[in-house]
Amino acid sequence: MSINMKYILIMFAVTQATRIIPILLVRKKINNKYIISFFYYVPYVTLSIMIFPAIINAPEHSEAGVVAFIVGLIASWYKDNMILVSILCCVAVFITEFIIGVI
Amino acid sequence: MEINYDKSVFKTGMKDGIPIALGYFAVALALGIVARNAGVTALQGFFSSLITISASGEYAGFAMMAEKAPYIELAVMTFIINARYILMSLTLSQKFHESTSLLHRAIIGFFVTDELFAITAARKGYINPYYTYGAAFVAAPAWALGTGVGIVMGNILPSKVVSALSVALFGMFLALTVPAAKNNKVIFSVIIISYIASFVFPMIPAFSGISDGMKAIILTIIIASVYAVLFPREEGEA
Repeated sequence: MSINMKYILIMFAVTQATRIIPILLVRKKINNKYIISFFYYVPYVTLSIMIFPAIINAPEHSEAGVVAFIVGLIASWYKDNMILVSILCCVAVFITEFIIGVI
Repeated sequence: MEINYDKSVFKTGMKDGIPIALGYFAVALALGIVARNAGVTALQGFFSSLITISASGEYAGFAMMAEKAPYIELAVMTFIINARYILMSLTLSQKFHESTSLLHRAIIGFFVTDELFAITAARKGYINPYYTYGAAFVAAPAWALGTGVGIVMGNILPSKVVSALSVALFGMFLALTVPAAKNNKVIFSVIIISYIASFVFPMIPAFSGISDGMKAIILTIIIASVYAVLFPREEGEA
C-alpha cells in the first residue's frame, strides 16, 4: 500500500469513528430537558460560528466577503431557500471582485 | 416492529442536496489543489473524499501529507478537527424513532457532514433516513468528483470563479439558521452571540493559535449550555 493510501485510510477511520460511534452508542431517548435543550441549540451555534468571520476571509478580497455576508443575511431573512441564498452570495462576491478589479 | 419510512422523501432530499452539491463541488476544487500539492493522484483524491467527506479534516490531512507528518499526528489532528461531529452525531441520535435499525443509524452517521447534518436536523419530527440518503446521493459524489477534478485541473480555473464559489457553503449555512430567527427571539440572540463569540474568541491570547474545529467545539459547548440553562425548551415545543 502506498504511503498516500495509509494517510487516507487513517483520515477515513478517525473521521468516521467520530460520526458513527456516538450515533450507535446512544440509542435511548434522553429525557432531561436541559440536555434536550442543549442539543436543540447546537446546530444554530455551530453553524453560526462556522459562518462568521470565516465567510469574510473565504474570497480573494475580504471586501467581497463582507458584501456576501450582508447579502446572505438579508436574503435568508426574507427567503427560506438554500439554493437562492447560496447563489446570491456567490454572485455578490463575483460582482464585488469585478468592481474591485476595475477601480 | 421497525417503523415504515416514506421512501418518497428521497426525492425531496435530492432536491435539497443540489445546493450542497454545488457548494461541495466548489470547495472540493480548492481541496483538490491542496491534495495535488501533497502528491495525491486524482483517483486517490476521489476515493479519499468519497469515504471521508470532510472539508476541514481532509484539508488538514492533505496539508500534513505534504509535510510527511507522523501517522499519529495525523490521527490526533483529524480527531480534534472533526470532534464536532461527535456533538452532531449525538444530536441526531435523539431524533431517531426508537425502532430505527442500527444500519440506518450507522449510514446516517457516515453522512454527518456539517451540511447534511444541518438539513437532517432542521426537519420536523423523527429522522426519515431516506431524506438524508437522497441528499447524500447528490452531494457526496459531487464532493468526490470535485476533489478529483481539482487535482487534475484546479490550477487552470479562473481565480475569480474559485473565489466566488468559496462562499457557496456559507450561504447555505445562513439559509439553515437565519429563517428560524425571524419568529424566535431566543434563536435570534443565540445567532448574534455566536457571531460575536466566534469573532472575539481567537483574540484572547490563550486561544490565539487554536484550530477552527476546536474553536467550534469549545464555543458550541459553552453557548449551547448557557442557553439550555437560561432558556430550556418545554416538552413538545417545535
